[in-house]
Amino acid sequence: MAEHKKKLLQGNEACVEGAIYAGCKFYAGYPITPSTEIAEGLSVRLPKIGGKFIQMEDEIASIAAAIGGSLAGLKSLTATSGPGFSLKQEGLGYACIAEIPLVIINVMRGGPSTGYPTGPSQADIMQAKWGTHGDHPAIALTPAYVQEILTETVRAFNLSEKYRTPVIVLYDEIIGHMREPITIPEPGELEVIDREKVTCPPDEYFPYDERFEVPPLAPFGTGYRYHVTGLNHKKDGFPTNDSKQINENNLRIMRKIENHKAEIWKNEEVSLKDADVAVFSIGSTARSANFAVKAAREAGIKAGLLRPLTIWPFPDAAVKELAKRVKAIIVPELNLGQMVLEVERCAGGACKVEGIHRVDGEPITPAQILEIIKKHAK
Amino acid sequence: MATLKELSKKDELLSGGHRLCAGCGIPPIVRLILRSTDSGIVASSATGCLEVGTTVYPYSAWRIPWIHSAFENSAATITGVETAYRALKKRGRIPDRDIKFIAFGGDGGTYDIGLQSLSGALERGHNFLYVCYDNGAYMNTGIQRSSATPFSSNTTTSPAGTVIPGKQEWRKDLTRIVAAHNVPYAAQASPHNWSDLSKKAEKALKIDGPTFLNVMSPCPLGWYTKSEDSIKLAKLSVDTCYWMLYEIEEGVLRITYRPKEKRPLAEWLQPQGRFKHLFKPENSAILEKFQARVDLEWQRLNELDGKQIF
Repeated sequence: MAEHKKKLLQGNEACVEGAIYAGCKFYAGYPITPSTEIAEGLSVRLPKIGGKFIQMEDEIASIAAAIGGSLAGLKSLTATSGPGFSLKQEGLGYACIAEIPLVIINVMRGGPSTGYPTGPSQADIMQAKWGTHGDHPAIALTPAYVQEILTETVRAFNLSEKYRTPVIVLYDEIIGHMREPITIPEPGELEVIDREKVTCPPDEYFPYDERFEVPPLAPFGTGYRYHVTGLNHKKDGFPTNDSKQINENNLRIMRKIENHKAEIWKNEEVSLKDADVAVFSIGSTARSANFAVKAAREAGIKAGLLRPLTIWPFPDAAVKELAKRVKAIIVPELNLGQMVLEVERCAGGACKVEGIHRVDGEPITPAQILEIIKKHAK
Repeated sequence: MATLKELSKKDELLSGGHRLCAGCGIPPIVRLILRSTDSGIVASSATGCLEVGTTVYPYSAWRIPWIHSAFENSAATITGVETAYRALKKRGRIPDRDIKFIAFGGDGGTYDIGLQSLSGALERGHNFLYVCYDNGAYMNTGIQRSSATPFSSNTTTSPAGTVIPGKQEWRKDLTRIVAAHNVPYAAQASPHNWSDLSKKAEKALKIDGPTFLNVMSPCPLGWYTKSEDSIKLAKLSVDTCYWMLYEIEEGVLRITYRPKEKRPLAEWLQPQGRFKHLFKPENSAILEKFQARVDLEWQRLNELDGKQIF
């Protein structure tokens, strides 16, 4: 690796590097702490590579513009934090049903509402899944290190293009603003998935062709004419009142993710094989958990960490399997109990599940986690 | 119209000890407006410098009832407050006394994300004064461009580089957009001209119906200027005719201040770091373009002076 590619970057700056690496050419956004550095960085970088940066008049307009950019064929991004993520929910649902690839970064801060703009939080886990109304697919990635913000941003673009769906990247303010030395990957080092090209003639093209699990999306202005709507639609995109077609429309957008969960899931395991007590955690909290697990091992306790980098779809299989062989799963999270409910569901009573929750704007410490590990190791 | 001496004897309704920056234009603007009526005042603020800087727990600088809701809805929030007071008065639940309602917002919270909420409140005709303190960018989040940001200004999302020299768009003319709602009163003011600002606030607060003040607010942080120069720069923005002092009352436009000698725009731009790049020889054409636009706007305003425009 070339030495000059090593950089000391802030998490949000690493996100900019990831977006550029993935081939992002369109950014529309709005200033909001603690994510603004992403917009600032891309306002400098995108024009230099022929991309487009637009500061919009609000959060709703930002996701709408990113949807437009994506339909025109550009890999598109918008970034925000809690209050802005709330405003973007309508656009998020639209992108789900209209099947428009899009990446949304949410640098999580304390909430609800204006909350604690400069403090960390992990309280948007459920919003990432259920924030927009109606049943819809959700993919959300949860990096924990500055380097990972880069690689997971690239993976988010890949998944959004592959499955033609919006992908959310969730990380808390701590890693968004923290600086760490990272390596910028060389071209070709990370996989970059580009949008599948449409090969059929225009008169045979249907943007929602049921014969495909993920029908290819033709960019606007390339001779492929079709309709895009937030209404339930037929294969040509035009709205329908036909119950069979509505049903198929709703089921297919779920199925295309559900059938590929195993490819979307990504977990890191730390000393989990022989563990008696496991910790399940994401983001900055997982860094504390990592430390606590190592301290527990030094104290002779068989502790391990399961750290999901994909939180939606929820890593059901990994948690189910884990619950069968440990005494307890501890779930530290910077909220009042969101992931812990999913862990309880997957554990199905096979082991104890205990959450550690904190919403005072401070991180969960390794000592807090170690104490609970010790309690369950007895 | 109160004299300066009379104004100075009135209670300070925005107390000292707030956390706004030294040299910030907002406190003198807010204080003067709050002094411009003897009635009770209820205020709302959009998310922004004024809200953040005056309410850091456990203190509040506000000596009046005050509410912050979110970024885009200062006008919508005051809509609810004003309506509730009216309803409570009607039912005899609160004493029938004159209360003024003032909604504050910065340029981001007014020109951009709050425009829909402002437009709705104006159209419904609520009895309130909306005050926009216009410092020309999102200063609270670190100087991002807004639709009030001056042409060619360097901000963190319209960075001035060798290819793109800062913001490429002209400022949105919000005062006239507001006046186009056929509100009884809309005006532009500046804190250096206290008597003009105070007169306009007094007039606006006496009117029954929606009124609007757009006030130039110097920002040492985002303009890259010295704290002690703020009022001088506010004056220069007016004397160069970048920021024109006028009012639109019942649709009739009237210029309220004419500089004795119109200063070249460069005199206002040069002390500000955000325009530094304009003074490089290769950018002289941009400076000329900017000056020509300001000249044109001043000429157009003069043509409309004294006329019924809405």
